Amino acid sequence: MSAAILLWAVTISQIFLALAALCCGLRLFRGPRAQDRVLALDALYVCAMLMLLTFGIRTGSTLYFEAALVIALLGFVSTSALAKFLMRGEVIE
Amino acid sequence: MSHAADLPLWAALLVALLLVLGSGLTLLGAIGLVRLDSFYKRVHSPTLGTTWGTGGILLGSMLFFSMIEGRPVLHELLIAVFVTVTTPVTLMLLARAALYRDRMEKNPEVPTFVAVAERSSEVVVKGTKNGEPEKS
Repeated sequence: MSAAILLWAVTISQIFLALAALCCGLRLFRGPRAQDRVLALDALYVCAMLMLLTFGIRTGSTLYFEAALVIALLGFVSTSALAKFLMRGEVIE
Repeated sequence: MSHAADLPLWAALLVALLLVLGSGLTLLGAIGLVRLDSFYKRVHSPTLGTTWGTGGILLGSMLFFSMIEGRPVLHELLIAVFVTVTTPVTLMLLARAALYRDRMEKNPEVPTFVAVAERSSEVVVKGTKNGEPEKS
């Protein structure tokens, strides 16, 4: 019973996260200016991280947690580097 | 999902509720990212996913692994702390960069520099370096 409830919840939540990633991808392609694309990329990183956590619950292994942590780190570094680039025209001065 | 068969029913219901809450809030934030009409409105909407979206899924994951392994599993707190600390920093950097770009292009939708607006009736402003108003 509880396995069935969890299976349904994880499936629904993965569908929601996939739709969210699709919306971010739409803004990434459409977004009129560069800052919109960077913002959509940041939201896409968050969606991917949450998707990996739901995969971890589905398979019951904690290995996915480390991949999610790495994705969160890379999202922060890449978004701040891109924001710096938009501000100054170069990343490392 | 055979590993979850011996989970008590209340824990399964709570984990399911937290998962659906978190992913639903993330989806709402992403829909806002598509539908809102200016960048300064859009910059608010992904934070729905990074606060309770992440929080719900991380709480569900913590509860699930704690019940499965029979001991407190708290390493998801690392992601929670990290996301909470970094999201305001990145979005503020991004908003400042966007504001700078809009001001450089004389976009009428954003307010101009304070120093420029005050002195615009007098003389041409000199000595603006990298768009920052000169300290006087």
